[in-house]
Parts: sequence; structure tokens; C-alpha cells
Amino acid sequence: MTGDATPGKSRWAKPVEELSVGDLPPEALNLNVSGKQLSGAVQGFGQLWQKTYRVPLAGAAVTPQEVVKVWKAEYTTFWPEDSNLYGPVADLEPGDVGVINASQSGVRLSTGVMVMYADDESFAFALPQGHIFAGWITFSAHDEDGTTVAQVQPYFRTSDPMYELIFTVYFHRKEDEIWYHTLNSLAARFDVAGEVTHDAERIDTKLQWRNVGNIWHNAGMRTALHQIAAPVRSLGRIAGRKPDA
Amino acid sequence: MPEASISMDVRVPVDAVAVIDIEGEITQFAEGVLQDAHDQATRKGATVVLLNFSGLDYMNSSGIGLLVTLLVRTQRNRQQLGAFGLSEHYREIFQLTRLDEAIVIHSDEATAIATTSGGTP
Repeated sequence: MTGDATPGKSRWAKPVEELSVGDLPPEALNLNVSGKQLSGAVQGFGQLWQKTYRVPLAGAAVTPQEVVKVWKAEYTTFWPEDSNLYGPVADLEPGDVGVINASQSGVRLSTGVMVMYADDESFAFALPQGHIFAGWITFSAHDEDGTTVAQVQPYFRTSDPMYELIFTVYFHRKEDEIWYHTLNSLAARFDVAGEVTHDAERIDTKLQWRNVGNIWHNAGMRTALHQIAAPVRSLGRIAGRKPDA
Repeated sequence: MPEASISMDVRVPVDAVAVIDIEGEITQFAEGVLQDAHDQATRKGATVVLLNFSGLDYMNSSGIGLLVTLLVRTQRNRQQLGAFGLSEHYREIFQLTRLDEAIVIHSDEATAIATTSGGTP
């Protein structure tokens, strides 16, 4: 104990040099999390964005705290079906590290998140090197004139030039779909059909070329290479087996 | 929408250096207050903007985003952005979010002013 009684201290994760992942189920592919650093918006490459997705849970007699409690406990059930979060993240406590496996048009992606912050009305993920985004994603709920509003707010730059291109031509809209799906599912959990809206603010149009080297960590490329090399690894395992006595 | 529980005073202790004294909570609702304070500092001719966190009660993850946005604004105005008065806990948050790689943290106001207004960083 340091004696530092700063309010909210326990709500934040402690700084980490590099991420480590706990036990994972056999089906989880952990390629781009262990050993990686967190990467904030300062470390990103692309334009700086803040997107805000919101759904008013009109008609649901539920407080912001109750919404966030359910959101944390059932987090992955609100995601699209082609995405999974593995790891000791059942309660989304600050410092928890999870591995994300997502599929896009049959292409598998392995990356992860760390729970950076969590309180009764919000929680936030920090992202590792190699994730499409460098930044943070905050999930929260608050009261607006007697109605509880649930919100997702990603704040990010894309991590590298390849991701910036993919984001511009495709993932910008795909991201919208993901968070619309999430908020619609959350609203349905409380038996309401809220109308999801969003706005996107481009805070900085400049590219941070000094961070172009982030492409080395690109989780998409690394996952693809891992999959391409799978037959070679299988052959290696077969060749390495001892013949039966 | 909840209101911001924060106030910020802007002062110019030496030529071209503005100190923003933060009192209260930095959350998403502090955006307007922080932007106003930076605008005031810019109007006062600041080429260095120092954030005084001594009176900071609380900051959440949305607050970190506001600081990055402020960093972009200062870079656009060719201003240096620094900070002092951070408790051990908030220093750790700057480390966690790697904000400390872009916003220089000083031990106190005197050091911050001496360093940014002509001394060696």
C-alpha cells in the first residue's frame, strides 16, 4: 500500500510493460496479445477519430448501474456471432486481459484487449499493438431526462498504413455495424427496441508517419501468416513423431 | 445530460506560459470547459500550456481522450503541452495509457516553468 487515497484508484488497471494472458480454452487462438504493449491514440498512425454510438433504453425501468452490470457480465453475448472474447474476463475487472478471435468473410483474426478502467457506470478497453485501432473503447450508461442511455465510444487512430486503408474503404462501416449490433442486442436484453444513433468526429486528419513501423505488429497479417503456415506445422509434427515400437 | 463537475482557471505566470488550474473531475462532460480554458490560454499568447492537476479529484477513461484531443489542438497551434501536480496514481494512468510519451510530466510548477520557458527539457 502506498497510502495514496486517490478517489477511483481501484477502478484503473496498473501500468504494464507487456501483456500476459491467463488460461485459455483450446479453441482460442492467442497470437497477438502475449508480450505486446498497449497502444494508445498517441502511438497510432491514422487519423484520430471519436465515434459515439448511443441507444436510449426508453421504457426500460433500469438504472445506468444496472445496465453496466449486465453489460459486463454478459459482454460477449451482445457481440456479433463471428466474434469471441476468451480469457479471465468474466467480471471485466481492471487489468483483465482477453483474447479476441473474430472472423471477417472467412478470414480469422486474433487480437485482444485489456480492461483499462471499470466502475459502476462504465468500463473501458485498452488495445494491444497489432490491433486495428490504437486507442480506447469506453462503454457506459447514464441518465438523460429519466431515460437510461447506453453508449459505446471508441477513441482511436488506426495502428498502421494498411489498417488505415482498410478502415477507409471498408472497416469504417463495418465498425458501425458491430456497435449497432451490440447496442441493439443490449436493448433487446432489457426488452426494448431502442433506436441506435451515432456520430463520428474526426479530431485530427494528420497521419503520424513516425509510427509507420507499427505495421510490423499488424495482427491481421500475422494471423494470416499463421494460417498459411498451418500445413507446414502439421507436416513438421507428423515428421517429428516417433514410429510405433 | 449530467453537468461537468469541474472548473479551470487560466493564468500566465511568465510570458508565453499559461497554467490551467484544474479543479474537479475530468470526464466526458469536461470537454467544453477544457476547450474554453485552452482557448483562453491561446488568446493570452501562450506557446507553452501547463496543466496543473493538483486539484484533480477524479478522471475516467473518457477524460484521457479529452487530454489527447487537447494535445492535438496544442500541436496544431505549435504549443508545448506539459503537466504537473499529478499524484502517483495519475502518473500511473499516464504510464498505462502511454500519454507520458507525449505530455511531459514535471514534478512541480517551478520546474515546469523553468524547463519549458527556456531551460533544457
